[in-house]
Amino acid sequence: MAEKLEVKELDQVVVRFSGDSGDGMQLAGNMFSNISATVGNDISTFPDYPADIRAPQGSLTGVSGFQIHIGAEKVYTPGDKCDVLVAMNAAALKTQYKFCKKTACIIMDTDCFEKTDLDKAEFKTDNPIEEMGIKNDVIAAPISQMVKDCLADTGMDNKTILKSRNMFALGLVCWLFNRDITIAETMLREKFAKKPAIAESNIKVIHAGYDYGHNIHASVDHTYKIETKGEKPKGLYMDISGNKATSYGLIAAAEKSGLKLFLGSYPITPATDILHELAKHKSLGVITMQCEDEISGCASSIGASFAGALAVTSTSGPGVCLKSEATNLAVIMELPLVIVDVQRGGPSTGLPTKSEQTDLMQALVGRSGESPIPVIAATSPGNCFDAAYMACKIALEHMTPVLLLTDAFIANGSSAWKLPDLKNYPEIKPRYVKPEMAADWTPYKRTEDGSRYWAIPGMEGFTHIIGGLEKSNETGAISTDPENHDLMTKLRAEKIANIEVPDVEVQGDADANLLIVGFGGTYGHLYSAMEEMNKAGKKVALAHFEFINPLPKNTAEVLKKYKKVVVAEQNMGQFAGYLRMKIDGFTPYQFNEVKGQPFVVEELVKAFTKIMED
Amino acid sequence: MSEYTAKDYKKGQPRWCPGCGDHFFLASLHKAMAEIGVAPHDIAVISGIGCSSRLPYYMNTYGMQTVHGRAAAVATGAKVANPNLTIWQISGDGDGLAIGGNHFIHAIRRNIDLNMILLNNRIYGLTKGQYSPTSERGFVSKSSPYGTVEDPFHPAELCFGARGHFFARCVATDAPATVEVLKAAAAHKGASVVEVLQNCVIFNDGTHASVYTKEGRAKNAIYLEHGKPMLFGENKEFGLMQEGFGLKVVKLGENGITEKDILIHDAHCEDNTLHLKLALMEGPDFPIALGVIRDVASPTYNDAVYEQIEEVKDKKKYHNFHELLMTNETWEVK
Repeated sequence: MAEKLEVKELDQVVVRFSGDSGDGMQLAGNMFSNISATVGNDISTFPDYPADIRAPQGSLTGVSGFQIHIGAEKVYTPGDKCDVLVAMNAAALKTQYKFCKKTACIIMDTDCFEKTDLDKAEFKTDNPIEEMGIKNDVIAAPISQMVKDCLADTGMDNKTILKSRNMFALGLVCWLFNRDITIAETMLREKFAKKPAIAESNIKVIHAGYDYGHNIHASVDHTYKIETKGEKPKGLYMDISGNKATSYGLIAAAEKSGLKLFLGSYPITPATDILHELAKHKSLGVITMQCEDEISGCASSIGASFAGALAVTSTSGPGVCLKSEATNLAVIMELPLVIVDVQRGGPSTGLPTKSEQTDLMQALVGRSGESPIPVIAATSPGNCFDAAYMACKIALEHMTPVLLLTDAFIANGSSAWKLPDLKNYPEIKPRYVKPEMAADWTPYKRTEDGSRYWAIPGMEGFTHIIGGLEKSNETGAISTDPENHDLMTKLRAEKIANIEVPDVEVQGDADANLLIVGFGGTYGHLYSAMEEMNKAGKKVALAHFEFINPLPKNTAEVLKKYKKVVVAEQNMGQFAGYLRMKIDGFTPYQFNEVKGQPFVVEELVKAFTKIMED
Repeated sequence: MSEYTAKDYKKGQPRWCPGCGDHFFLASLHKAMAEIGVAPHDIAVISGIGCSSRLPYYMNTYGMQTVHGRAAAVATGAKVANPNLTIWQISGDGDGLAIGGNHFIHAIRRNIDLNMILLNNRIYGLTKGQYSPTSERGFVSKSSPYGTVEDPFHPAELCFGARGHFFARCVATDAPATVEVLKAAAAHKGASVVEVLQNCVIFNDGTHASVYTKEGRAKNAIYLEHGKPMLFGENKEFGLMQEGFGLKVVKLGENGITEKDILIHDAHCEDNTLHLKLALMEGPDFPIALGVIRDVASPTYNDAVYEQIEEVKDKKKYHNFHELLMTNETWEVK
């Protein structure tokens, strides 16, 4: 029968793995995305996991999902809805069905749809498919039992055996998409290099899943394949999450500037992976301190910066609140420092694992006094690398703290990333004092572009004190003189305002009637919405901002050029408000959503179309 | 012999009130630094906020006056990032034990090689006279007009509770003993806590009166020296002995007690039980302990960080960014 099975070619497909938070869905999803990337497809992933580490097994709150968007050409988001849903238990089906397209195929482990599973998932009948009104194709497979049978002769206990259920699902999905499972074999052998028995049992289960698909193909009409199309820049690629890319950007900047990298941090979701990642790389000389609190994370970094390191503190919104006093110390002392804010849902503890862009105003003005600092917002998982690199460069060359905004969505999500060659990245030149300056140097003597110089303890001839009190522009001594304070306030503001950042680029239709404006992590969704509208003949363009403070020089020109402008952001209008403040007479439309979830492209298209018709 | 004199570490004109304990301490610090002999440019003096935290402005070294309470945290980062620096961290009782209490105990617990000076005048001076975390229960101040209803911290208890390995105490006006204590703190590798008893002439005058003068100390204090018997009094006629779980004051010659019955100070003893008892002694029944109470060798955090880096460098195969990139699973687009 196999030879009769039709293979349909697709341009793109979205697969969502879902199950209990202990079911290994993140691993299965990651492997599927890597297998696809290896054959040249483009990928974008989004892990959607609960705040509880182990919610009660089988419960609705304990469902963990991992969505992968695979494209023959470039994909910009993990996709709105999925073409294939893997539901490893009843709760997963109940909570994840809403992410299915009408045409989606559902794979379910029937062994986890027993009476107790259905009760936990709050089903009222014993037929969940009918109860939910599901009309989709369903591959109902007794996965647990088949995994048990497959590994019966390994001598492993039941509990260990069932941990491989995710690999069965992966094998089945690989069959459905004609994926080469030898790639998965290599991955597992590398991952479990020290436990070859585990690797081999997992491989056996993947094969079982694959073969099962092959044998039951009558229950689906066809399998699919996604041929790689379009030209991607040549070179080596990897799959990278935003938090990892941020960490790599910091490491790269330290290497390029010749400085020691110091991270002072305190664990906080969703930023902790930056601490985890950097803590691994001691062989590169990276120093990470898990501090006693957020304040100390920032304060110790300031000490490290004073002492001559590239200092970074990483956190999320609530941590930024705690660091704001110390951040201001770095502002007035004019020391380099990078503060990474991986935004999550707020206020307060809010939605710790979910994503928002609600810290923009806090980043810009959330400190006492006149306290200008550069703000950069990374636009995608891979872009976190460049954004972190630029944050370090600006901090070191302008002697200022820099706030780097990312968000839970791009921090945990991943995409294919071309390995960078540091030779192509701009030099980083810290503003060190020069020995010949010793005779008449004072700590607040400035360079032409308004930065002060960096004299690092240990250098002879440059002993000095800096501190949180206002100081004389000339001598650096404490000063309460009104004229001097006015001057220092202006000097600090000008220094930041004069930092050069790249122009904002306009993408899409050159004669657009509507300009979409966004910033940070929503780039993929806004771009996809624009692309879709362009394909439908609608004249729209996109101006997406990475540099928020200072704004690119061409901002006003770009924003005023279009008849209609809509600022779309995941907050109540913070960027729109900021642009209105900066640009006289700018009155954009707004699209605001604060759900903790990524934008949905379909909804964006609908909203933007309505604005065009308005 | 040091090539430096106290003058090499001095800068500016202090603006503390006349008679403030900070003046006395500053002079002793300059003198101690000259005797220690670390070059001014290899020293960083880091303080928080409060009267005493103005001190870095009067030092011809590298210095930083940070924000309230954060001196220990900032100093920690500076030492870990640049372990060649000698760091003196200056705090008052409010800065170090109230708003900065968390950083104080954790710097000690981690055993960062810092000289942590706690200038204790049991009052908030710069905000004009509120009680501090070291003010006695019932203390009347602007913020406690009817007396406080809370007990104070004993700095030594916090230090030992945080597993501190060095604790010393001196009186600001007692220059020779202060210099010796500061030198011992500098010589100790790890977090060295020095409690400096000092007067606030404006808001808490006489707070350490019993030991603030030479005569007072002769009667009411005991100078502890490692390896020496714990004798005190104007004619060294009193001593300390152990009794049950505690200490007792005895008079030599009475009840057949001689010098050989008196406890010998062991600052290097790993067990801190007796060190704590000594540090907690109070008048009028007991003398106030001065000098180096505890000084036990222990690995420092900053050394351990760099040792671990060297260990991992030997084990791991990647030593630059490019090599790090290549540790990932990659695929090639041709």
